Amino acid sequence: MNIIVCIKQVPDTTEVRLDPKTGTLIRDGVPSIINPDDKAGLEAALALKDEHGAHVTVLTMGPPQADKALRESLAMGADRAILLTDRKFAGADTWATSMTLAAAIRNMEYDLIIAGRQAIDGDTAQVGPQIAEKLDIPQVSYVEDIKKDGNSVVVKRVFEDGYHMIKAQMPCLITTLSEMNTARYMSVQGIFDAYREKEVETWTYDNIEVKEEYLGLKGSPTRVKKSFTKSVKAPGKKYDVDPQQAAKIILENLKEKYIID
Amino acid sequence: MNHMDYKDVMVFCEQRDGRVEKVSKELISKGRQLANELECCVRALVLGHEMKDDLNELIHLGADEVILVDEKELAVYMTEPYTKAMVQVVLDKKPDVILVGASTIGRDLAPRVSARINTGLTADCTKLEVDEETKNLLMTRPAFGGNIMATIICPDHRPQMSTVRPGVMTLAEADTARIGVISKVPVAFETADMNVEILEVVKETKTKVNIEDANILVSGGRGVGKPENMTSLENLATRLGGTVSASRAVVDAGWIDRNNQVGQTGKTVRPDLYFACGISGAIQHLAGMEESEFIVAINKDETAPIFDAADLGIVGDVHKVIPELMKLLPVHEEK
Repeated sequence: MNIIVCIKQVPDTTEVRLDPKTGTLIRDGVPSIINPDDKAGLEAALALKDEHGAHVTVLTMGPPQADKALRESLAMGADRAILLTDRKFAGADTWATSMTLAAAIRNMEYDLIIAGRQAIDGDTAQVGPQIAEKLDIPQVSYVEDIKKDGNSVVVKRVFEDGYHMIKAQMPCLITTLSEMNTARYMSVQGIFDAYREKEVETWTYDNIEVKEEYLGLKGSPTRVKKSFTKSVKAPGKKYDVDPQQAAKIILENLKEKYIID
Repeated sequence: MNHMDYKDVMVFCEQRDGRVEKVSKELISKGRQLANELECCVRALVLGHEMKDDLNELIHLGADEVILVDEKELAVYMTEPYTKAMVQVVLDKKPDVILVGASTIGRDLAPRVSARINTGLTADCTKLEVDEETKNLLMTRPAFGGNIMATIICPDHRPQMSTVRPGVMTLAEADTARIGVISKVPVAFETADMNVEILEVVKETKTKVNIEDANILVSGGRGVGKPENMTSLENLATRLGGTVSASRAVVDAGWIDRNNQVGQTGKTVRPDLYFACGISGAIQHLAGMEESEFIVAINKDETAPIFDAADLGIVGDVHKVIPELMKLLPVHEEK
């Protein structure tokens, strides 16, 4: 079985802080990580490999620095790593990103494609389903559990009010939730191999077949018209008083706002 | 692409068990506002089978036409049949704008549809406006974990698609005098369209709380300390006639169900009163609750960012302040 895991290197947004004076992002020193939903997907692929045997390829589109995320994936146990990087890919929205990734995947053999549900820096949850559409294969998103059953996978697909157990014949694409598992650590030998023995293949525009007009900023239907930090609202009143006093103040405020009689 | 061929606002109305989801009604309300500015109509698209709800409600909320595709293949959500049905209607009606609720269904369907019809899709918009000059839809959404806001446009492709999370747009008052039409549109499915097999449908009925619908939320964060302490928050919520919610830390710790999580990866809420107890106020959390009408924050750490978002801040221990407050609050009559 050939599994392709699509991953994204993201800034750890939980570590990002706003400069209280300027309202701008403080990005310095924010570590880059493998996007959590994607890492769960990689773990799911490696677990399938442990149980049934599989060849696991990790694929990412990004700047050259994304090499680090791929090395980490190799150190966890992935067999092959491909970095799609080219200036022509830059500025892509989800439509153009999925176009690029789908074009790369067409050059590979695959039974199962796994992508994280969404990336923490964009939160769109679009690239996985859009890759599936462009490859014309079925998708199941929001997957919390996966088992292989012959030529199919049986997955637990989560909804707000329950779940479906779904059987999908391969080839198909699933998107995974970070809650589904706890990713394994890199082994010492794995880290050694990832940097000494294994290599990260770099693919550019020349390695894939897709019209240049569909790529990057130029190929993106959506544009960022402007971006801004949220206007800071006037701070409310803050009291540092004893609990009895505090309770009284809260009560007065709730009455004033007609929240209680 | 000739933009003139595309007009009107279409709202995908999601149904579960034959009932239209609230987020879809919120989007009909928003769609009506946009349509008034664009001087066009609103179409509600309902994909399902044997609907239980009276679809006239969608007209009362602002739709001019309800397009109902009633087929047995659409009873339970499955990506391919839904995509096929939606794409067929979209290609026929050529809407200028499509709004979809950002549920676990809408966030599966909308990207698939946008890829099939080759147009842009903007996820989880918190604000939708019409550009006065170009008539383009201005779609504003949080990015980077809610740290920045971006206004997105889709200038050269139609339709302009966006998803909106539940609770973000305000539900309009129903006007029972409004009239419109309900049209049935058939869609033919083949065996190949049913490309996955649903083995089992499980509804988890366990105290399904909708924190998005609550007028008052008492929300706990890491500062609550331990799971047992959630009880005092529940007591306060009961006394106030509200519901308990929580930050991600508390959900991850397993003290409360994920359904009750407020924030970027949880739910967006805007109750009349949001009580933040022991919540430090990470940006991801603020993104989910800062639109609340009145925010009270209690936290030991006077530098906690939650105080910047709060209308009333109390520097103190949640477990000392809440009991004192309980003494003062009138006992809530069970209605």
